[in-house]
Amino acid sequence: MKSTLFNMVAVLFTITLIASAGVGAVNMITADAIAAAKEQATKEAMANVLPAFDSNEQSEQIIDDMPIVVYKAIKGDAVVGYAVESMTKSGFGGVVRLMVGFSPEGVILNVNVLEQAETPGLGTKMCDEGNALLSSIKDKNSGDIVFKVKKDGGELDALTAATISSRAYYDAVARAREAYWVACGGKSAADGVSGATSNSEGNAAQKGGNNE
Amino acid sequence: MQPRKEATMNKMQIVLSGILKNNPTFVLVLGMCPTLGTTTSAINGMGMGVATMAVLIMSNLVISLIKNFIPSKVRIPAFIVVIASFVTIIQMLMQAYVPSLYASLGVFIPLIVVNCIILGRAEAFASKNGPIDSILDGVGIGLGFTLALTAIGAVREILGGGSIFGYSLGISDYTPLVFVLAPGAFLVLGYMMVLFNKLAKK
Repeated sequence: MKSTLFNMVAVLFTITLIASAGVGAVNMITADAIAAAKEQATKEAMANVLPAFDSNEQSEQIIDDMPIVVYKAIKGDAVVGYAVESMTKSGFGGVVRLMVGFSPEGVILNVNVLEQAETPGLGTKMCDEGNALLSSIKDKNSGDIVFKVKKDGGELDALTAATISSRAYYDAVARAREAYWVACGGKSAADGVSGATSNSEGNAAQKGGNNE
Repeated sequence: MQPRKEATMNKMQIVLSGILKNNPTFVLVLGMCPTLGTTTSAINGMGMGVATMAVLIMSNLVISLIKNFIPSKVRIPAFIVVIASFVTIIQMLMQAYVPSLYASLGVFIPLIVVNCIILGRAEAFASKNGPIDSILDGVGIGLGFTLALTAIGAVREILGGGSIFGYSLGISDYTPLVFVLAPGAFLVLGYMMVLFNKLAKK
């Protein structure tokens, strides 16, 4: 078809109009389903890291410019645990988001990786059941843990050949612990707070360098 | 780029040509970014292939229907708008109904927009052929792309991770991880391209 200024403008205008109407319509249809899918994922992660509960209270904090959500799980009148949705930007593939379950006493019950883009076969092992990262911190009191891998002079195991992913994982868990302490009012581990903060900051700076 | 005689091919040939003679990955060598990036496992390769196929079929159909109304000087922007709309729609549908696959394919879904295969087929086939043939071309090329990506993904997963479609073969302690990493993508793609063209010539 021959191009004139009028028909070019008219055709492009019509096509963009129809296209945006189509995209808008699909957005309206799927918006609820997308929100529901996200909520479902959060619920499943919470059920995975916490004992049974009836209801939860949600609160958000900003730590190191990252939004951390704390869900306080309640059964009857008693608090049965805290699920903290934490993240780090220092994974090998960028952002790692995970959910950490704390008992009211501060014991790490379980960790569920929600989102990661690590190397398949190496860093992705962080999602596996009973991996080295999870088993080094699971069922331990979070106040006693220094989040450092053995390579950095700490006590915790790392995934084989995936040290950056391992540091990122512990970085996110350490941030979850900070949020947990804020949410439950500092607790008795107050002396550990300052140490943990400087530790996670040091890690973050170091990993930022690796990432680039 | 495309032989003219495609217009006279019968329906079955259109589909088969996309899988064999014009296989987008091994013969046309188009869309290398998603090919190298998403084939870390068989299921990821397959998901990417199917998502691309869905976009390709829809965009081929629409472009073949509206081709006579588009002034030739603005055809590329018009095609891109059509393709981008379908990609956005597919992205939202995947996010809503298959969130786990969406999470693993991540950034590659929006990148379907700039996949040369789709614009290439719009320009080379859909803008010159009727709607039925264009759909069949989309099916053929889409299947060719999906099969190629699944095959590369499967080879990389077996050699690098010792599993297939997520099922462990129990050899993961002995497999060289390089196949899951970027260099392995190039290696596997190169050797499979050689193999495919050797077999296809016979």
